This record gives sequence, structure tokens and C-alpha cells, in this order.
Amino acid sequence: MSGEPAYQVAARVVDPELRVVTIDELGILRSVERDGGQVVVTITPTYSGCPAMEVIRADIETSLRDAGWPEVTVVTQLSPAWTTDWLSDSGRAKLAAAGIAPPGPVPADQPLSLGLPTRREAVACPQCGSTDTTQLSRFGATACKALWRCDHCAEPFEQMKAF
Amino acid sequence: MSTPALRNGEVARFEEVLGLGDDALIAAQRLAEWCARAPDLEEDVALANIALDQLGAARLLLSYAGELEQAGRGEDELAYLRDDRQFRNVLLVELPNGDFATTMAKLLFLATAQRLRYRRLAAGSDQRLAGIAAKAVKESTYHLEHAALWTVRLGDGTDESHRRMQLAIDELWPYSYELCDDPAGGAGGELAWQEWSAVVTPVLREATLTVPADGGWAPRGGRVGRHTEHLSYLLAELQVLHRAHPGASW
Repeated sequence: MSGEPAYQVAARVVDPELRVVTIDELGILRSVERDGGQVVVTITPTYSGCPAMEVIRADIETSLRDAGWPEVTVVTQLSPAWTTDWLSDSGRAKLAAAGIAPPGPVPADQPLSLGLPTRREAVACPQCGSTDTTQLSRFGATACKALWRCDHCAEPFEQMKAF
Repeated sequence: MSTPALRNGEVARFEEVLGLGDDALIAAQRLAEWCARAPDLEEDVALANIALDQLGAARLLLSYAGELEQAGRGEDELAYLRDDRQFRNVLLVELPNGDFATTMAKLLFLATAQRLRYRRLAAGSDQRLAGIAAKAVKESTYHLEHAALWTVRLGDGTDESHRRMQLAIDELWPYSYELCDDPAGGAGGELAWQEWSAVVTPVLREATLTVPADGGWAPRGGRVGRHTEHLSYLLAELQVLHRAHPGASW
């Protein structure tokens, strides 16, 4: 046993699809508790069907086992539902450094936008910082991201959607 | 193994959760058919992501339904080992994808109903269902916005896209009544059709489409296991691997 608190070990697990941020920074990791000789890790999914959750679960188990905690149980907790507001400042900074625009704050009761897109939020280009940007697609390579283009530096970029 | 007899209220709750889970599962399977076939790469990714959201909700709902039933069936048994007559999804979700306009009309109708229903369940007394619904309602909102965007774009687009979008709306409109029925199969239900219509109608107007006249034909039956023949073919594809190799995993 390394003597390192189990929380620290679990908190270091990175998101398999956004490998620059940890599950702690994303707000997926809710708690790590000792139950006798067992470690119970509670995580909350980002999206109902996020395929990364299975990998995250396995990575938590492996990391803790390697750190000397042989008995690990990973519990999924749905409520309260995950929101991008739980992203830490360090997580946001790391996303931006990796070229992914971090999400803005989630509005309290977001009104439905039913029609052609209006410029609801100014998303800054993570390359040049310009807010002269256009959304290309509401869905990116993963459920949590949208695809944008910077009209100033002409680079495409991904944005983590406020959700 | 003997199954504990469920009381009437428990049967109704099981049927309700099963119905919502089946809606999501069958919608996921249909949407996934667009994978690598959508009009452009972005839409391919969008439809696959929406399908994944639906599948995620389906897994949570079917797992919960299995627990309510207390007969030892989990999400896999419920998804892979029931025959068509045992599925409780509404007819709308099993209908073929048709062209892109038809798929968007189906999604517009479904996401509107799912959003209204999940919102209600998220504030309901069943804590387990409330947790699932609170997660899913955010996703349904996003699906609805996506479908509305395309409905307006196609409806208020070229003559040809307008014609096809109108055709899709006209053909699917009658299925909206069942969509608002009680998922447990009872008459009426907690979701008023007018509530559903109040969301969809302004989208159609903005899309310069004609709102179909109410009344007349309203096909039903999915909630009590009477389906179109399309479901049988869909299930054959969905279930073939599990039935050929029971318990297979990788």
C-alpha cells in the first residue's frame, strides 16, 4: 500500500476521450469512501449513453488496485445530474490549452431554441482568442462537444457544450 | 423460480417504465441505421450521438423495469429476449427512417413528447425514475432543438425540401396521438396532446409548413404489444447476435 489517500489515486484517472483532464476536474468523481477493507468510488455519468463511462470505471479499479487497494466498488449515481458547471478552473484551462473551448455557464432555465440558430453565446477561439466564430455542427466527435470554426484565424475547433 | 405476484399499481409502474425504455431502445436502433449513411459527416455524427443518448436512457429504464418486475430479468434479457408482441414502444419509433425529412419529423415528434414527459418525471415522487429523467430531459431538449432546426431549414428551404418535409409531417401526424397516451397502456394519460401540439405547431409555422388537421385516423397499439410489421424486422437485426450466441461478450 502506497499510503496515498484513495481519493488522490482515483482523482488522477483521466477521461479516455478528453485525455488532458482528470475525472476529478470534470466533476465526474463524486466521492471516494472506505467501507471496511473496501473502497467505494461514486461517479456520475456525463451523458446517459457516454461510452467512456465503462472505461473510466475500469481505469478507477485498475489504478486503485495498483496503488494497493484490492477491493474496489465503483457506484454510478445519476442524481443530481452532471452539469458542465462542475468543471474545475484547472480543467477549463487544460481544455483550452488542448484546443477545446471550455463551456460557458449553464443558464438557470435555458429557453428552448426552436428554429434556425441564433448567436446565443460568444465562443472564443482557443487558438487566437477571437469571438468571431461560427458553429458548424451541434455535435462533435463526442456527445459532449460541438464543432466550431474561427472566422478570424480560419481554424476549426471543438467546444465543450454548456450542458 | 416462482415470481412474486405484483400488485396492480406495481404492474402499472413496470409497464410505464418498460414503455419508456422501449421507446428509447427502438428509437436508438432506428437512428443508428443512419450511421455512415447520413447526408453529411456532421449529421452522421449528430444522429449517432442522439442514438447513443437514447440507448443510454433505454439501458437505465430497462434495468429499472427489470427490478420492478422482480422476475430476474435485466436490461439484456428485456432487450434481447422478448418477441415483438412483448414490446411496449409507440408505433412512431418503429416506423422506417424514410428520407431525411421523415427522420427529422419523427425526431421532432418523439423528442417533444420525451422532453415533456421526462420533465414531469424528474419532479415526480419515484426517486429512481426522477434521477433517470433529470439526466434524460437535458438530452431530449438538445434533440428537440436539433430536429426543429432541420424542420425549419427544410420546410423553409427549396420547393423540393418543403414538399418532402410537408409530406413527412402529414404522414406521421396521426401517430402523435399514441405518443401522448399513458405509457402503461391506459386510456388518456398524463401527457395532454395539446401540450405536445403547443410545442410542435410553432415550429411547423416557422418552417412555413401546414399544420395537419386534427382528428380522424389515430393508429395505436404499441403500448399493448400490437405493432406494425416493421418492428419484427428491426428486432431480428437487434437481437440476432445475442440469440445466436447467448451470453456472448467481448
